[in-house]
Amino acid sequence: MAAHSISTLAIRDCRIRLMRAGAGAPLVFLHGGGGLGIWLPCMAQLAKKFDVIAPEHPGFGESDSPAWLDTVGDLANFYLDFLDQLDLCGVHLVGSSLGGWIAADLAVRNATRLASLTLIGAAGIHVDGVAQVDTFLTNEEQRIRDLFYDQELAEAVIAGSERPELEDAALRNRMTTAKLSWQPRNHDPQLRKWLHRIKVPTLLVWGDHDRVFPQDYAFAYQRLIPGAKVVVIPECGHLPHVEKGDAFAAELEAFIGAMRIAA
Amino acid sequence: MKFFNFHLMPYRHADLDAIGKNGSAWVTFSNRHYDPQKGAELYHEYLDQMEFADKLGFDGVCLNEHHQTAYGMMPIPGVLAGALARSVKRAKLAILGRALPLINNPLMVAEEYAILDNLTRGRLIAGFVRGIGAEYHAMGINPAYSQERYAEAHDLIVRAWTEPGPFSHVGKHYQFRYVNPWPRPYQKPHPPIWIPSQGSGSTIRWAARMRYTYCQTLSPIAAVARFFQLYRDEAEKAGYQASHDQLAWSNTIYVAETDERAVREARPHLEALMNYFLKMPTEMLLPPGYTDPASMKRVRAAKVTGKPQSIEDVIKAGVVIVGSPNTVREKLAEYQDLAGFNTSLTKTQFGTLPDDMARANMTAIAQEILPHFRDRSPQRTRREAAE
Repeated sequence: MAAHSISTLAIRDCRIRLMRAGAGAPLVFLHGGGGLGIWLPCMAQLAKKFDVIAPEHPGFGESDSPAWLDTVGDLANFYLDFLDQLDLCGVHLVGSSLGGWIAADLAVRNATRLASLTLIGAAGIHVDGVAQVDTFLTNEEQRIRDLFYDQELAEAVIAGSERPELEDAALRNRMTTAKLSWQPRNHDPQLRKWLHRIKVPTLLVWGDHDRVFPQDYAFAYQRLIPGAKVVVIPECGHLPHVEKGDAFAAELEAFIGAMRIAA
Repeated sequence: MKFFNFHLMPYRHADLDAIGKNGSAWVTFSNRHYDPQKGAELYHEYLDQMEFADKLGFDGVCLNEHHQTAYGMMPIPGVLAGALARSVKRAKLAILGRALPLINNPLMVAEEYAILDNLTRGRLIAGFVRGIGAEYHAMGINPAYSQERYAEAHDLIVRAWTEPGPFSHVGKHYQFRYVNPWPRPYQKPHPPIWIPSQGSGSTIRWAARMRYTYCQTLSPIAAVARFFQLYRDEAEKAGYQASHDQLAWSNTIYVAETDERAVREARPHLEALMNYFLKMPTEMLLPPGYTDPASMKRVRAAKVTGKPQSIEDVIKAGVVIVGSPNTVREKLAEYQDLAGFNTSLTKTQFGTLPDDMARANMTAIAQEILPHFRDRSPQRTRREAAE
């Protein structure tokens, strides 16, 4: 398996960090509020068939915090610039949580460079009457616990998160996440009105035990995006690509494969 | 030194066990614990205490602002200030709210304060704060924009008070085609502006540059001294010498016949304030973006919100002064000289302290403490000059 590269890239005035490996159709992975994180096993798996590109959002980790960054819409437009600059076509755009919100917003704005859209436990819309944890009012340990179904995995992640050298990036990630999603909490009231404009094949991957955006959100997105397919992964929390990486990669590959046959 | 009777107006009948179980008296502590019958009595009890402070000779009365909490029942301090504007006849009326970033139309603060300044014929002191982190959870305001909104709202309010309207304002957070508030403030150019803070360096530096009175909230006296020195240093950099009148220390004082008796009487009420009414998890106190990452790291490292405090702890640290008249006079003089302030914002009622004890405390402070400090200024600068 080829190692992934880590590089920086300037889009206009903003330098961001980027992980990349593999060859084939481009698969751009937009991370959630927790940050870019590590090169996941599912990314390595997908890199066997795709050119997997995982950028670190402006305002997160080691990427710049540009003065223009205020809303998820700003990031959606930023990634449209990003796709233009890298001249990526036929992109399989994948976004988790906050990254799913960015991806959905981008697809509404301009999907000409997209081949498909995959949302994982995505923010961006609000569904009434669904119990959700308040990730801004839980302590760090509980916040990590709430992300996972498998609490042994949660404990391993907690142990790995207590490294002082990660604190600066974690604080920046939290601050930018708050900036983008505090109010209205985790959604843009305007977005749902225009999700019907998404015409590319769309896959909605949710953990059956997602406590952050429970699976009602998957079905709400499905009602709003014509023809979207829902896959609920059993015994899984908010991050199927982390907790059930193999199953996630298999579902995504199958979806893209079926889509190609249909085309 | 000037003395202000500073009231938090706690819901002093709160079920402390229930607060303990909930982990905090803020935001998530259900308002089903609020009994309107008791609450109505408390509002009158506390407003009566403020009027009593005026009669006793306190130089001012102080209100503040917090939201969705048993810690204080003053989410809209202007209502209570309105109730006091005609019954407090002599003392200044200070509002050490309004939390500007929480308000989507800052012109309403310009209007509210201008009305109060007219009603009191120029006895209003206008506080501007950001509110503590819990407020951002309670009011649905993005903490990452707290500083930007504060700065823009402040500038707009002061401009609305000083520049004849109508004019337009188009900012990042607020936009108005017409800025032309009636009434205009009674005082010229506007009411004195006081800036309370927990000790943020950027706030202290800004207040010093603007020559606003800086009020240090609930802190050990050694920290207060450092913060006030930062203010004086910053004033010097800005080309002027800060007066002691520009520095106010927010404290709690309890006086009884003897030290032992004072501690015994104050203990349950003060410990209820420290360990129940004030208690909140770090996530609530410091939402992301509320303060810069460096300050955030300092606070997280100090784990300030965790440990229970005894009355002995807070007396020893010089957060409060509790004792016989003689002890209180000695400590207050020592602290005044150490930190160099000329205003004491004194909580005479605190935590669960009942009305009779609060009034006895106010009377004792008025009789035994105030007269000794009436003409007293910090001795520190003279001592420094002699060295």
